[in-house]
Amino acid sequence: MSATTANNVPVVKKSKLGSLERQRLWSVRGSFAALSVFVVIFLIPPFYMIMTSLKSSAEISAQKGNPWIVQNPTLDNFIHLATDASFQRYFLNSVWVTALVVVLSMTIAILAAFSLSRMGFKGATVLSTGVFLTYLVPPSLLFIPLFQIVGSLGLINNTWVLVLLFPTLAVPFCTWIMIGYFNSIPKELDEAALIDGASYPQILILIFIPVALPGIIAATIFAFTVAWGGFLYPLAYLYSSDQATLTVGIVRELIRGDVFAWGMIMAACVMAAAPPVIVYTFLMDYYVAGLTAGATKG
Amino acid sequence: MANVSIRKVVKAYEGDVQAVKGIDLEINDHEFVVLVGPSGCGKSTTLRMIAGLEEITAGEIWIGGDVVNDVPPRDRDIAMVFQNYALYPHMSVFENMAFGLKLRKFPKDEIKRRVDDAAKMLDIQMLLDRKPKALSGGQRQRVAMGRAIVRNPKVFLFDEPLSNLDAKLRVQMRTEIKKVHQLVPTTTVYVTHDQIEAMTLADRVVVMNHGIIEQVGAPQELYHNPQTRFVAGFIGSPAMNFLPCQVIDEGGLKVQLADGTKMAIPAARVDRYGPFKGQKMTLGIRPEHMTETHDSEKPGVQLMNANVDVIEPMGMETLVHHFVDGVAVCSRIDPNVQTGPGQILPLAIDMNNMHLVEDASNRVV
Repeated sequence: MSATTANNVPVVKKSKLGSLERQRLWSVRGSFAALSVFVVIFLIPPFYMIMTSLKSSAEISAQKGNPWIVQNPTLDNFIHLATDASFQRYFLNSVWVTALVVVLSMTIAILAAFSLSRMGFKGATVLSTGVFLTYLVPPSLLFIPLFQIVGSLGLINNTWVLVLLFPTLAVPFCTWIMIGYFNSIPKELDEAALIDGASYPQILILIFIPVALPGIIAATIFAFTVAWGGFLYPLAYLYSSDQATLTVGIVRELIRGDVFAWGMIMAACVMAAAPPVIVYTFLMDYYVAGLTAGATKG
Repeated sequence: MANVSIRKVVKAYEGDVQAVKGIDLEINDHEFVVLVGPSGCGKSTTLRMIAGLEEITAGEIWIGGDVVNDVPPRDRDIAMVFQNYALYPHMSVFENMAFGLKLRKFPKDEIKRRVDDAAKMLDIQMLLDRKPKALSGGQRQRVAMGRAIVRNPKVFLFDEPLSNLDAKLRVQMRTEIKKVHQLVPTTTVYVTHDQIEAMTLADRVVVMNHGIIEQVGAPQELYHNPQTRFVAGFIGSPAMNFLPCQVIDEGGLKVQLADGTKMAIPAARVDRYGPFKGQKMTLGIRPEHMTETHDSEKPGVQLMNANVDVIEPMGMETLVHHFVDGVAVCSRIDPNVQTGPGQILPLAIDMNNMHLVEDASNRVV
């Protein structure tokens, strides 16, 4: 029964929200619930890593207490690593290898993508598909045949081998992202520049690179991740301590036989993870924009 | 400034598709020429060949006395305005307009002077610091024109520059383009599919169809003396009416429509149409020459009754659609004439403005 006023006029109870808004509210709640599950799953390992890195060895091996909480936080692990000469060496190796790989890969990828997207030569379409197909070959299949090549070049146990090999992983995908991005730039833009008097290199440098900056940043992040986080190739080709990068250095240095220096392993992981986290945080918006542009127009 | 000469130019794509089939065209210095035609008629391809953005399969293009077939776009001294503006999105309006001059190493003060002059002419001085994304469609098109003007090129090329604008802005920009050409009378080649744009802007209109030039002429000439059925039907809005007919001699030369209606051919045209006696032809008559009847008609006017199908009041005139022996026909009448669907409307056909098309050749005789 509907409520009535003194004058017998029926009053319809009105909800604060329309049905469409209510539906939207529920879908927002639903997606938050689903996403929370994933967030928890993905954040547990880094959380545990940070907690452990702040514990002393005694606390790690203690049977009592909640393993998720630090009782007596200490920076000993970090200080020990930061002052350790080999760890500094690994870090430095990772930095220069990554920097060179990023510069080299992006230079090749941008030039390749520009010519595949714009120069319109015969076979450009087949070639750009080919570029992507090479990305689909898993690196784990390649490291044995590559050993032969690297060996014949005399690069076994030489950090420079990574500057040669990481671009083979980074260039195809970066080129693919850049082709998609360049293709989304209207053809009239380079035609206008051609008529304005620009040469192809000028079109690339003055028009394409600034316009495609989000795509370039996305590809750069990818190349950075490949070089910084690469494990298989450094493990396979670098065996002496002074040549190793961070990823294999941590494993070799801090796991001796069956003795795991857990506190220091975790502290090293935190320090190794810091640069990508910082890079991602600052460039996140560009990264998303770059990937979607490549995806829809590629 | 320069003249442009197109000689036997062919553009063929892979698979032997010919977009342009050997056209000849002379464009004089300072002239405003409009290429008009339906989609796929080869007008844009022709423009892009003049610009150097498409290679020429055969023939020659001359700009200012030089063959430019193998000259790259930047050395042809041309400027082009594109349909989608093609402004550099990361540069300000000033930088967009200055880009071509900077590449050509003009001194800074000269660049500034030229950009300021062009901006003043186009009324965009206050936009010079903005990026293209902060501009409206009309403003973007002005900047694109400014970018062309500052270069002071030999030839301006326009590729459907108004197609992306709304109807009102299009009319406004049309006037602006005409005004700019009056101020800076650079040789201009303008491509459009809109015959009204072509008529209003051009010194001469080039009507293209299926890769060939159907007719070249001043707007009024094309309107009054079309040489082919295509031009007769393409120029003018609403389009010319075409009625199948036969030329007969029954006490004077007449055309007989398919439904038996006979209409006398005016004396002035008897010599012209005499040789086609007995032939099946097509009568072409524009809607404005099929109007309401008056008390006294001038010589050469024939009467006909129309069974009105649809009326479209336009304000200053009313369009009446009816059928003549199954062929849809449009007439333009005074808006004060009272009529409506299903009614019989007496019409006066001004045969002094008739056209006769030879069916075999599609030529207007």
